[in-house]
Amino acid sequence: MHVVYSTGDRIFRRIVTAGALTSLIVLALIGLFLLARGVEIFRDMGPKFITGTNWTAGSGDGIIPAEFSIGPMLAGTIVTSLIALFFAVPLSIAGALYMEFFAPAKIKSTLVSMLDLAAAIPSLFFGLWGVQVFSSMGERWAALTSHYLGWFPLFNNELEIFGRSPFIAGLVLAAMIVPIITSVSREVYSRTPRELVDSCHALGGTRWGAIRAVVLPFGRSGVVGGAMLGLGRALGETVAVYLLLNLVFKYNFNILESEGGNIASLIATKFGEATPYELKALLAAGFVLFLLTLTVNMAATAVVQRTAKAQS
Amino acid sequence: MSTTSDLAVQVVEATPTQPWHKPRSEQRRDALVYLALAVVAYAIVMISGVAGPDGFALVFFVEVLLLTILRSRNIGKAKSTNAIVSTVIGAGAVVAFVPWMSIFVSLVTKGFHGLYVGYLFGDMRVTTPDDELNMGGVGHAIIGSMLMVLIATAITLPLGILSGVYLTEVRGRLTKVVRFVIQSMSGVPSIVAGLFIYTTVVTLTESFSGFAGALALSVLMLPTVARTSEEVLKLVPEDLRAASYALGARQWRSSLMVVLPTVRSGLTTAAILGVARVVGETAPLLLTALSNNAFKFNPFNGPIASMPMYVFGLLQIGTEYSIARAWSGSLVLMLIVLALFVAARRLGGKDKR
Repeated sequence: MHVVYSTGDRIFRRIVTAGALTSLIVLALIGLFLLARGVEIFRDMGPKFITGTNWTAGSGDGIIPAEFSIGPMLAGTIVTSLIALFFAVPLSIAGALYMEFFAPAKIKSTLVSMLDLAAAIPSLFFGLWGVQVFSSMGERWAALTSHYLGWFPLFNNELEIFGRSPFIAGLVLAAMIVPIITSVSREVYSRTPRELVDSCHALGGTRWGAIRAVVLPFGRSGVVGGAMLGLGRALGETVAVYLLLNLVFKYNFNILESEGGNIASLIATKFGEATPYELKALLAAGFVLFLLTLTVNMAATAVVQRTAKAQS
Repeated sequence: MSTTSDLAVQVVEATPTQPWHKPRSEQRRDALVYLALAVVAYAIVMISGVAGPDGFALVFFVEVLLLTILRSRNIGKAKSTNAIVSTVIGAGAVVAFVPWMSIFVSLVTKGFHGLYVGYLFGDMRVTTPDDELNMGGVGHAIIGSMLMVLIATAITLPLGILSGVYLTEVRGRLTKVVRFVIQSMSGVPSIVAGLFIYTTVVTLTESFSGFAGALALSVLMLPTVARTSEEVLKLVPEDLRAASYALGARQWRSSLMVVLPTVRSGLTTAAILGVARVVGETAPLLLTALSNNAFKFNPFNGPIASMPMYVFGLLQIGTEYSIARAWSGSLVLMLIVLALFVAARRLGGKDKR
């Protein structure tokens, strides 16, 4: 269709386009500014910025050289997020299936609104709750895991101190991302063509039979997208991890030991008393985190938007 | 003719049955069985080394699972799998819902006793975090949060609406790109937004300020406002646009004077949801607005308190009273988020005809 726009229309369209492009510009600016400020560090440290093990501001007089590497924190970011994902995904799928197919109609709408609210709980509260309420329980689980599975390197803990470990931080992150994964999954499941489910029942299939044969395959990519959105959140979480983990600069793959951290909590911890040079290193770390989360989120967005389109 | 009596059919009034509902007696029996299982689970927790509410829940779950398996011995493979999997899914759902329910409950039980009438109106200028809980308050933090959120809304609401209008009305060449970017932007970690504003605004003005905090919050708020605006504008019936074109309106007039006014309350919802999204953000304020202890109404001049930073700061101190204060502050913050949600829901229903 050929549309003729008046002068007023053209001005209007130009203004609206400019407004809509701000998000694009802001996103580009974030990347550019962090990169511009951090590029000195990337140049000085080289690949060691990612692979090294130390974060030292140096002694100022040059006797102890400054050395910055986010390696252990990057590893900590990934470890805590993977723990979170490991627990959150099955629970979210169970939650979504329950809400969509098992919950009595009366409580379903209540559950949905409560889930919306849960997704809006500030992450600060998960940190607060994790430290004050959950951690004693988490420590008990950690002690049990170490007792029975301690022979496996991942669960090894020689010190027998179980508080403030990546395991507990990961569990709290899991609690934090369950609402978002559940709500994305539930929405995908709710788009399952009703007639397919009904025909499963008509053929004598059970409820689980219908879910396994129709709902789960139909919703798979949507759930993957939701899980990646949750992963993006867990990767970039600051205060919850800051409150739950002692920042220790060490590659810690014994997830039950009380040391660790992630990039975001590193920035929050070091920001207050950073030297100007260290600040640049923090900005460089922020850039790495930005790239990491942006990649995960873009992939997640692509998956979610594609499935939404294919299903509508 | 006499055969009619032989053929007389006994008319039976059918009583409605609902075979998919369990009869009362069975419901009662089930309740009793579950009660018995709970008692047994409690006994096991008392006797064995398993402890705590989590231990009880685990034992109870194992019992229910065993019972389900036992009961479904003779009903065929498909049905027994169905029964067992249903139990597991139900348990999984409970575990998924328990943490945030627990957060709501903890907020109320732990935050409640720190509240008193003056709490909302006091500040922490002369009160130290260790003072008795009937002193000081959260008023300065509420004002600080309000100022920052208002500025952030003033920035993001127009931009968000423009994005929504672009995606639904203008539909230019970049529609797909813009939609994709907005969605991806919602995943920008809050601390990165804080760092960005720190390197630009704070470094430039050489001062931490509420305004810088508001800008950082805007980065996080924009995607929510833009997406909600798009969703709302999508609901406007195409007929309305067609009618306005038919009356001779140009696109700009029909967008500004017909489409946007019909979704006024929907756009308010978009703003409210955006506010609810950012009002509890701590990390960006840590790098931009910091915090202070007294009432302050100028967001352009130095550090300013906010609800999340108030809670965060008190938690850092870590004494009994400061933590109690942190819980109370959190409870107030959660109530604000809840109120915003209820408001959004009320308004959200209004536009739908």
